[in-house]
Amino acid sequence: MSLRRPAKEQPENFEFNSSSLEAAKVIISKYPKGKQQSAVMALLYIAQKQNNNWIPLAAMKYIAKFLDMPYIQVYEVATFYSMYNLSPVGKYFVQVCTTTPCMIRGAYKLVEACKEKISENESELLNNKNCSWMEVECLGACVNAPMMQINDDYYEDLDKEKTLKILDKILKGETPKPGSYRGRVNNAPENNRKTLMDIKNA
Amino acid sequence: MLKDQDRIFQNLYNDLGSDIVSSQKRGDWVNTNELTNKGRDWIINEIKDSQLRGRGGAGFPTGLKWSFAPKEVVSRPHYLVVNADESEPGTCKDRDILRFEPHKLIEGCLIASYAVQAHVCYIYIRGEYFLDGQKLQAAIDEAYEKKLIGKNAAGTGWDLDIYIHYGAGAYICGEETALLESIEGKKGQPRLKPPFPALIGLYGCPTIINNVETLAVVPTILRRGGKWFASLGREKNTGTKIFCISGNVNNPCNVEEEMNIPLKELIEVHAGGVIGGWENLQAVIPGGSSMPLIPKEKCETLTMDFDSLMAEKSGLGTAGIVVINKDQDIIKCMARIARFYKHESCGQCTPCREGSGWMWRMLERMAKGEASKDEVEMLEDVTKQIEGHTICAFGEGSSWPVQGLLRHFKDEIKKRNKFDPIVKESKNIPYLVDQHLLDKNA
Repeated sequence: MSLRRPAKEQPENFEFNSSSLEAAKVIISKYPKGKQQSAVMALLYIAQKQNNNWIPLAAMKYIAKFLDMPYIQVYEVATFYSMYNLSPVGKYFVQVCTTTPCMIRGAYKLVEACKEKISENESELLNNKNCSWMEVECLGACVNAPMMQINDDYYEDLDKEKTLKILDKILKGETPKPGSYRGRVNNAPENNRKTLMDIKNA
Repeated sequence: MLKDQDRIFQNLYNDLGSDIVSSQKRGDWVNTNELTNKGRDWIINEIKDSQLRGRGGAGFPTGLKWSFAPKEVVSRPHYLVVNADESEPGTCKDRDILRFEPHKLIEGCLIASYAVQAHVCYIYIRGEYFLDGQKLQAAIDEAYEKKLIGKNAAGTGWDLDIYIHYGAGAYICGEETALLESIEGKKGQPRLKPPFPALIGLYGCPTIINNVETLAVVPTILRRGGKWFASLGREKNTGTKIFCISGNVNNPCNVEEEMNIPLKELIEVHAGGVIGGWENLQAVIPGGSSMPLIPKEKCETLTMDFDSLMAEKSGLGTAGIVVINKDQDIIKCMARIARFYKHESCGQCTPCREGSGWMWRMLERMAKGEASKDEVEMLEDVTKQIEGHTICAFGEGSSWPVQGLLRHFKDEIKKRNKFDPIVKESKNIPYLVDQHLLDKNA
């Protein structure tokens, strides 16, 4: 299990804004009547999105009331799943995959780059709150290893130099182009494709 | 090599586009109602004839699973749930189906829902695949617009609604009952079985859960016939499979190939060979991180299917092949996998919650040469204490890779970890329980 604690400094109040409310209603309609509790995961995402990419305890209480379920159950869900940030993260939230398939292709070089450019330790927020990074477990893009995720985008086929360039860009507040950084086409073997050639050449 | 016309996923590399028009050109959604008009029994029998086994890791026969759904819908509705919570290290096949072949999956959902009499289908996608999920959602919207799903879906007379439910970064939710808990808005902790989900599943209703790849191949099987599918591969290990080849190879890739293909062919032909040449190969993890590794000598002749890998005390799993060459420290690689399992244990059963941490810490020390001689045996004992003593298969998944390491690389570990703690050496090892004894003797 991973250790997850809510942040020490918490805002007092939280409420959905009008666009979040609308999104929440759409989500709840997906589930059968009386099973609105199913929407808790999606609502936590909505709260996270509204609140600069992290979930305060006030939001959990608000969602518990919203879905008519005990607060402790929302708290359990928010602390169980690792994609809910319980304390503030950067506007650019860098997640480097270091599980074995990425590790053996040099994922720790990416970690080095993050340490050089962003901060010595994981999950440390820069003064301008622009950027933070952390190591995560397998992100499911193993044939494009090593890779990292910045917010929703995947950056694949990296090395240290390319990572440094990407990080330079986000530190300046630009969003770099996602995808493969070796010019690969999706998951096809690079320069070695043997299958479906007729379709490729059509 | 498999002939191109026998490949089910023609758009695996997105040469053609994933929208509905180009999907229909590839044969998706062509007269789907003709398939369903032949009846539920025909569909299930055809899938049984094809000997399709689930592509999510366990390899359970799909036709048999569908036949477990109650024949009549009584008081409770039936559900179909699609497992797209692909998180096994080394595996990234479902992602390609979600983003490049979404209509194969949606059509598969319709046929399966019809076969098991479900009117609602939930697709559980891991949270990290948010953008790929958006692409699937776009495809679902297209299908609604063309009346391929919704009321009287594709002219079959069957009503079907498909909803996406995002996970949030928990590997354990790939376990089917944990996935159901997660959809119900709880922590993803697996349920005790029985009762099996086919009778009591989502919201206590009969639920059939299938992997993305399993459902995506169903329409093609029904169109071309179960016999065609069964003619590929070998008995009980039929058809085609997407293999993900990652790690120390020159051209890591996803490729659809026939079952029972030699591992060497996959690595040498499709993935451009091992970095540093075949001689530089150390070991291969054949089916995602939870399957025991296979040393080089056996890789020469190994064929990739459920039963032949089982005979090697490993498994096909999700067919995520991780190639490890001799430049890597094999103990470190396995220690990192142990850390993954320590991080992802849901914490419900004590042997797994505690044991996964033990295995990780011991392996970390073994990689550094800080473990004592007798700890090697102790580690083996710990894996045995976890395996078979947990609610779900996570216990096996976390202990098998360590057992695989001990089976094939025990000498390597012993060579590196020589010292005998009780006799002379004094080392400050915080995890060693008998530390006080050690100090006294020193």
